[in-house]
Amino acid sequence: MPDLKESIKSGIVTMMREAAFNVPRDVKEALQRAYEIEDNPVARANLEAILRNIEVSGKTKLPMCQDTGTPTFFIELGEDFPLKSELRSLIEEAVRTATSEIPLRPNAVDPWTYKNSGDNTGRYVPIIHLELVPGSEMKVIYLAKGGGSENTSKLYMLSPVLGLKGIKRAVIDAMIDAGPKPCPPIVVGVGVGGSADMALKLAKKATFRRLDEPNPDPKLAEIEQELLEKINSLGLGPMGLGGKTYALGVKIEWAHKHPASLPVGINTQCWAFRRSEAVFDSNGNMRLLVPP
Amino acid sequence: MAEYRLKTPVSEEDVRKLKVGDIVYLDGIIITGRDQVHRRALELAAKGEKDKVPVNLEGMALYHCGPIVKKIDGEWKIFGFGPTTSARMESVEADFIREFKVRLIIGKGGMFEKTTQAMKEYGAAYLAYPGGTSAVATSAVKRVVDVHWLDLGTPEAMWVVEVENFGPTMVAIDSHGNNLYTDVLSKAKKAAEEIKAKF
Repeated sequence: MPDLKESIKSGIVTMMREAAFNVPRDVKEALQRAYEIEDNPVARANLEAILRNIEVSGKTKLPMCQDTGTPTFFIELGEDFPLKSELRSLIEEAVRTATSEIPLRPNAVDPWTYKNSGDNTGRYVPIIHLELVPGSEMKVIYLAKGGGSENTSKLYMLSPVLGLKGIKRAVIDAMIDAGPKPCPPIVVGVGVGGSADMALKLAKKATFRRLDEPNPDPKLAEIEQELLEKINSLGLGPMGLGGKTYALGVKIEWAHKHPASLPVGINTQCWAFRRSEAVFDSNGNMRLLVPP
Repeated sequence: MAEYRLKTPVSEEDVRKLKVGDIVYLDGIIITGRDQVHRRALELAAKGEKDKVPVNLEGMALYHCGPIVKKIDGEWKIFGFGPTTSARMESVEADFIREFKVRLIIGKGGMFEKTTQAMKEYGAAYLAYPGGTSAVATSAVKRVVDVHWLDLGTPEAMWVVEVENFGPTMVAIDSHGNNLYTDVLSKAKKAAEEIKAKF
């Protein structure tokens, strides 16, 4: 099936290109709103520069941010999707092509020798999270995750007796620790439960939910809203230089947990939320869902 | 809050005028330097071989930036020119300011006590470039004038770049001991304790 392989490869290059020059519409709208409600002049200047940058990047096809991120894929692979065995090598090829054509900054470095592979591939890179689901389609979420905002991610293995209070406090602590570092306004993903690794994965996954889409569980939606208000009341503002908006949204995902554990993973996502989502049907036709 | 347009190199007088919260646009030459440029330049200074640093940095603007570059028809072109996290350079920046007399440090995320003190003592300021706004920064690039120390890799090399109307940058540390980042953060820390107590 040479056509199917070819269309997946070129589809993924397209996804990476879309993400390099755009942010999803809900993120752009949230940044615009943050600008409108802001009266701190430094914060306004920051938000104005961010909004102008989104526009310039889209028009000139210059990458949104010079840190073009670690290529990360969350894939829901239909059990009846006709291609599985060569998926990783196809994605690697697409990443190499995208890196040279767009161009992207090579960000895959050997942690022992600090040698840069030069093409954004390497051991376990691109990072691929694969889940098997029913059906014959393949859904791909691509995330170009910047180093600055990944560095402020946190894992808290709380004592279960602390419960909800402990979770909320952990989120506030993580924001104070992050300060200006993750290029705010950020999206905050909170993963609760599962295991240490699962909580962090859920935290990253949580950030993919649209900003204008509240948690389907009304109780969790309320916690998300409360945390968002409290985080913004810290006054850290855009770029940590003061102002009304530090976070654009707080998103919670959860899993059942061990009775003795309360893992809380926190993922911080910079305003330059370079993410694309697409569905490939079994013939390889791609429907791009995000952006626009 | 004032707005300035400065041309590099800048004088001590120009820098002393700047106050936290001011907005600055730059014209002229900007020199990139991140982790490895600091390390190598300071090693040379320690050996008394400052003259081996290929650019005279006095009065210049040092930019914490690892650009995206590509050589097209024998000429370097910049595709990404946004700031990197300045905190990584905190341990060495005060020495760098003292040794090389740079007047402006541009970056993101801010710097701390030691750098703030050095800026006060030697007359330098920290300009915050809005993090991630690489496309805007790239469109302010006129040309790559030169590049040194390419053996460090393209993000770590020392790029000499001519810019026009580069900004907006915000004065986040001035030469009078004020640091907007630490002010904002210490207020936030107090607020956080109150919020946490009420959960």
